[in-house]
Amino acid sequence: MPLTKDIHLDRQPPDLKAYESGGGYEGLRKALRSMTPAEIVEEVKASNLKGRGGAGFPTGVKWSFMPKDAAGPKYLVANADEMEPGTFKDRFLLEGNPHQLLEGMMIAAYAMQVNVAYVFLRGEYKRAAQTISRAIAELYAAQYLGKDIVGSGYSLEIRLHLSAGRYMCGEETGLLNALEGKRANPRAKPPFPPVSGLWGKPTTVNNVETLCNVPHIISNGATWFKGLSRSKDGGTKLYGASGKVRRPGLWELPMGVTVREILEEHAGGMREGLRFRGLLPGGASTDFLTEEHLDVPMDFTEVQKAGSRMGTGTMIVLDDRTCPVGMLWNLEHFFAQESCGWCTPCWSGLGWIERILNAMEEGRGEPGDIEKLTFQTKFLAPGNTFCALAPGAAEPLQSGLKYFRDDFERHIREKRCPWRSM
Amino acid sequence: MPVEIDVTTVYIEDRPYPMDPEQNLLHQCLSAGFNLPYFCWHPALGSVGACRQCAVKQFKDEHDKHGRIVMACMTPASDGTRISIKDSEAAAFRAGIIEGMMLNHPHDCPVCDEGGECHLQDMTVMTGHDYRRYRFEKRTFRNQYLGPFLNHEMNRCIQCYRCVRFYREYAGGADFNSFALRNLVYFGRDKDGVLENEFAGNLVEVCPTGVFTDATLKRHYTRKWDLEFSPSICTQCSLGCNISIGKRYDTLRRVVNRYNGEVNGYFLCDRGRFGYEFVNSERRIRQSRLRTEAIGPDAAKRHLRDLVASNPGVIGIGSPRASLESNFALRALVGPDRFYAGIPSSELELLRLMLDILRSGPAGTPSLREVESSDAVLVLGEDVMNVAPRMALSLRQSVRQQPIEIAKRLHVALWQDHGVREVLQDAKGPFFIATSSATRLDDIATECCRGAPDDVARVGYAIARALHSSSPEPQDLADNQRAFVESVTNAFKMAKRPLVISGASYRNIGIIRAAANVSRVLPGATLSFITPECNSFGLAFLTGTSLEAAIKAKPTAAIVIENDLYRRLPAPEVDSFFSQCAHVVVLDHLENRTTTRAELVLSTATFAEADGTLVNNECRAQRFFGVFPPSETIRQSWQWLGEWENLDRVIADMSGGVPGLSGIAQAAPSAAFRMSGAKVPREPHRWSGRTAVLANITVDEPKPPVDLNSPLSFSMEGNPDQPPAALIPFFWSPGWNSAQATNKFQEEIAGPLRGGDPGVRLIEAGQGEGIPMASRAAESDEDARLSAPNRDRQGADAFNGALFASVPSAFQPRENEWLIIPLFHIFGSDELSRAAPAVAQLFPDPYLALNADDAAKFGAEASVMGRNLPVRVTPGLPQGVAGLPSGLPPLEGIMLPAWSGISRI
Amino acid sequence: MLSPEEQREIEAELPHYPTKQAVSIDAMKIVQKHRGWVSDEALEDIGKFLGMSTSDLDGVATFYNLIFRKPVGRHVVYICDSVSCWIMGATSISDRLTARCGARLGESTADGRFTLLPIVCLGACDHAPVMMVDDDLHLDLEPAKAEDILDRYK
Ligand SMILES: Cc1cc2nc3c(=O)[nH]c(=O)nc-3n(C[C@H](O)[C@H](O)[C@H](O)COP(=O)(O)O)c2cc1C
Ligand code: SF4
Ligand code: FES
Repeated sequence: MPLTKDIHLDRQPPDLKAYESGGGYEGLRKALRSMTPAEIVEEVKASNLKGRGGAGFPTGVKWSFMPKDAAGPKYLVANADEMEPGTFKDRFLLEGNPHQLLEGMMIAAYAMQVNVAYVFLRGEYKRAAQTISRAIAELYAAQYLGKDIVGSGYSLEIRLHLSAGRYMCGEETGLLNALEGKRANPRAKPPFPPVSGLWGKPTTVNNVETLCNVPHIISNGATWFKGLSRSKDGGTKLYGASGKVRRPGLWELPMGVTVREILEEHAGGMREGLRFRGLLPGGASTDFLTEEHLDVPMDFTEVQKAGSRMGTGTMIVLDDRTCPVGMLWNLEHFFAQESCGWCTPCWSGLGWIERILNAMEEGRGEPGDIEKLTFQTKFLAPGNTFCALAPGAAEPLQSGLKYFRDDFERHIREKRCPWRSM
Repeated sequence: MPVEIDVTTVYIEDRPYPMDPEQNLLHQCLSAGFNLPYFCWHPALGSVGACRQCAVKQFKDEHDKHGRIVMACMTPASDGTRISIKDSEAAAFRAGIIEGMMLNHPHDCPVCDEGGECHLQDMTVMTGHDYRRYRFEKRTFRNQYLGPFLNHEMNRCIQCYRCVRFYREYAGGADFNSFALRNLVYFGRDKDGVLENEFAGNLVEVCPTGVFTDATLKRHYTRKWDLEFSPSICTQCSLGCNISIGKRYDTLRRVVNRYNGEVNGYFLCDRGRFGYEFVNSERRIRQSRLRTEAIGPDAAKRHLRDLVASNPGVIGIGSPRASLESNFALRALVGPDRFYAGIPSSELELLRLMLDILRSGPAGTPSLREVESSDAVLVLGEDVMNVAPRMALSLRQSVRQQPIEIAKRLHVALWQDHGVREVLQDAKGPFFIATSSATRLDDIATECCRGAPDDVARVGYAIARALHSSSPEPQDLADNQRAFVESVTNAFKMAKRPLVISGASYRNIGIIRAAANVSRVLPGATLSFITPECNSFGLAFLTGTSLEAAIKAKPTAAIVIENDLYRRLPAPEVDSFFSQCAHVVVLDHLENRTTTRAELVLSTATFAEADGTLVNNECRAQRFFGVFPPSETIRQSWQWLGEWENLDRVIADMSGGVPGLSGIAQAAPSAAFRMSGAKVPREPHRWSGRTAVLANITVDEPKPPVDLNSPLSFSMEGNPDQPPAALIPFFWSPGWNSAQATNKFQEEIAGPLRGGDPGVRLIEAGQGEGIPMASRAAESDEDARLSAPNRDRQGADAFNGALFASVPSAFQPRENEWLIIPLFHIFGSDELSRAAPAVAQLFPDPYLALNADDAAKFGAEASVMGRNLPVRVTPGLPQGVAGLPSGLPPLEGIMLPAWSGISRI
Repeated sequence: MLSPEEQREIEAELPHYPTKQAVSIDAMKIVQKHRGWVSDEALEDIGKFLGMSTSDLDGVATFYNLIFRKPVGRHVVYICDSVSCWIMGATSISDRLTARCGARLGESTADGRFTLLPIVCLGACDHAPVMMVDDDLHLDLEPAKAEDILDRYK
């Protein structure tokens, strides 16, 4: 499994030497020596690599939007803001093998003829900050970064930026504002970042996991990469499970393994005495899947067909002793806190949703509350707001209302949370 | 000018409408007359898609039955677009937005100053949201002290971001921002304090609800529907912004913007908005007096007539702050030969020169809208922000003109405000300032060049020379000057719509000539002169004889209108004039030093009680109408001075009798104008208390006062339809009670008012011949003679558009003397707003400005021209130049620039 | 006044970005690293250093949750309150710690030793519940264990 083969969390991450001895920077050399930027973009397109940040946009296509002849600087940003609740995959990659990310960035940067790249790292990821900055320093020392990299004539600077914290910083245009030292409200699109991104210049933002795949695609080819997958989306994927399962964890598996396989084989099924009720397949902003969906393959297309999204691929599992209303209150509290305050449906709607769920949990739910919540989920639908935070917040709620309606009704009827006295 | 624009067809509720593809759907729906609610969008600020209020349903084609919700303000009006406003899902969504905004909005409409003209109220009614479903506690904020102009009530905020967009992005303020996030976004300063930006008052109208309200109005609060309004013109600088003034009982309550697409657009400056309170001042002269005795109006008038009859040598002294009509009435009374401008020759000469220059062209003079669309600007010798503030706001937009081409190239729609701002970043188009000290626009300037006034002129000449070899060449420029000249020249050569701004601030003829030369050698250039007062140009149309000439004439009797001569000339000169003049009649509205010297004081109308015409800095004649009915004891100057039946008669006499003024009748419809036989009501139709207003005096409802001077009525009776643009007393339309009702009065959103923006230009662009370049060089010798220092007026009048040739020599600092120049203050330099308590709070104390080196020689205080003043270090002042704040007591009447020693105390 | 060290660190960030404003967040974090929090005065000083108004900076500061505009204790305890930790009992952790510290979330202990803060998902959901004390991540918590951990921070 390419992404994780060199990661051993009980050891220090591979330094430049160790990384190179395992074949590291071969992809970069190959790219710089024997491929044109356009060929790299084509290779990545052919690999069917889809963005691992959650939206699943084809990476090669995204890169091809970058103008080829624009004057002035262009930028690449590795989105290492990982703040989606229930998601813990990028931290693993950052702490476990920083050079893999940096090599991916370098190839991507070369493919788009970018000369400055940033790693936008979540402020709380202290260890990752160390591993990344150490690795960058190693690269500069070895003249892998700076002017004229490995004699190719191509120059690249990579900088680490530590965020001051906000979920919005992960949204790609909010991130651009954050990196410019502004409030992280997202930007209007169009213009899209490849037209006007950082400081008004063409910019591409990619997720950490996305970029980590790139060296392997270049080293081994698109066909090999597609072959790793069990689905149309290429490659492997870091899948995770948290909640009351026997073995919570993170695994690199072929793209398209089923939900059941992850839940039962890798996570070991539910803990003793608990029953499975549902799960959010890819972080807080995805719709619940239930028993009936266990055989859905985890890829971008199939999970969508089942009415949810693969998102980050790290599932949060709900058991039968945990209150779904409480869980949704927790989720919506998060979204309400993190709303940047730009769009009315988001800043007003999420605050209201949170209060209703809180009231239900505390025995103050009222008839009509379910209808209000339902209205709000429509209110927050895609297209109604500027960015995907609000529709993302609506996803667990709308599916929760569908699958756990009895629980909501009981809260209102019994004027208490039935799980609290259990 | 016919401009070719593409037209596309957009289908609204399945009916086709022709639309401008360069615009968004919201703009176009409103232009087409639809009621589509919105908050964050503003016609001058563009779209940012924050509030999500303007949602409509968009359909792929006529078969699409589902459609999807889009924000009209963020959707281009492209060909074949099909939308529905009525669609039930879209309507429900819009009602939901209001509901969301109302979660935390206090239910305080009855005690909110915005009530009755609140866009939020209007939109709430429009969307039909009428029932509260939210049962939780509301959030509460602490409010801030923001200075004397604005109240802050953050609990009412609906997070539309208009305030911060206007304040920071449009007006360039830095001391105001959005703080925090989610449903707790706070708009204010980082701590309590006076808002620094000169346009903060616009927040009153920009905020769609009652977060920012007019603090001066609050002290004498009246609802919009209970105010009586008149269309008026701001008298506090030379730009002539259109204002709507509101009164109730005997006080003027407030000033709001009156949209004029060519002049002020949507915004005013704070002096113009808040300076009105002098009208209510304790210092008002409400009763005429003979020496110390109050006398009735008939007796007063008789006395004036007798005095004129028995003093054949009586002279008249006019005023740049009085209307054309009042000045003309005085001129008619005393005869043109004995009518003098109430300003010193140093100012009058310049005004007349400016008019000559504008008349002879070829450069036209731009309206503020045209200033805004200029793509390269040179300011010569003017502190625009402090002298003509609203123009500074236009200049802030003009620096976007060149960079905006980048946005066009990247196909970012220009209405997409934040998209454009991201693309432009900090890019600013060419904007150059040459002045003697720092100005409030330096932050957007490409380059600034500081020098004494003569050096500013020389730099101007050098630019003209660099652009065209027939303009004279100043010798021995300093390196920094040469670099500046080169930058300006390069920028101007590339520009499509270059603009030169100059004026009379430094009373320096060289600066004006240099500006003229630049404008003349630069194809396509416009030239804007800033004049000192609201009717400076009007006065210059009427007379060519200065105040000094009046004094020199040693008259035995003089009539002074609306003019405190002690602000014009040094006190000893004015004193001696008055002491040798046996009979002095003064017509004015506020007590001042001049009124104390009068034998007869006639209580005179302010702009709020008067009707008349003012000529602004672009030679646009604009009519203002009083909001107070005629009073027993107060008359307009022209009414005191003559026997005209009404204003139209004065205008008729004047336009026939004074060259250049023949067009002024067209500034507004005459008093005889009627709409379907009825007058235009000054009072909204919901004006209340009509039968009770005078109940403490009589229970009979008196007949409304008659207005002989205008087609406006002093009542709620009249034709409720939209009047011609010059007569709009207030903006209101069914369902649109706030200032946003302006939408309904425009031909197109943000375009001209229906029937054309009001005002007539007395000098049209490029009227003059614009002598061919080749022949100019040949004439330059003669021109040098013409513009030699002591040339007479005849010579100047004969000036025909050639290039000026006499370059001043470089400024030479003196050993123990400084050249004292005037420095201007938006709050403080103007005469009348001194009597407005809110504005007065922001006056600086008098000071002596010196550069850091010179200041170090004197310590904290110094003595200059017989006064001890605190020393203020002022950046930019050249070596050997000092400054005094203009017009600020006790420094008024000092003629600047002047040389003076400065001594230690 | 910014200390020479703070100035040096901020200056070192400048070449990483094309505009000074881009350094605003780094600058505030640098000052916070040295002083624990960012005071009004510090904000003004940073503003002068970067050519930004205090309102500019404070607008940024108040947007982000890792910039403290109030003093904090010697140790900042971030208790993850996101969904996986919540399922795994994060509430019992914060209940125990707030009781033990006599301070609610968002408050500091009377002796200035700890500030307790809720934090969103720390990306260690497979070891929930978790917390971070200063720079150290602590996994697989139980109430008693969490309390013991606090004892180690003096
Ligand atoms: C509110 C919000 C938060 C997001 N947070 C992240 C994040 O932390 N990391 C990330 O890679 N993508 C995040 N995304 C997705 C990004 O906007 C963007 O799609 C992604 O970085 C693109 O990278 P990819 O194409 O490689 O997936 C977020 C999106 C939204 C709407
Ligand atoms: S959806 Fe929410 S988070 Fe996204 S831009 Fe709008 S207000 Fe901000
Ligand atoms: S007016 Fe369109 S979103 Fe605010």
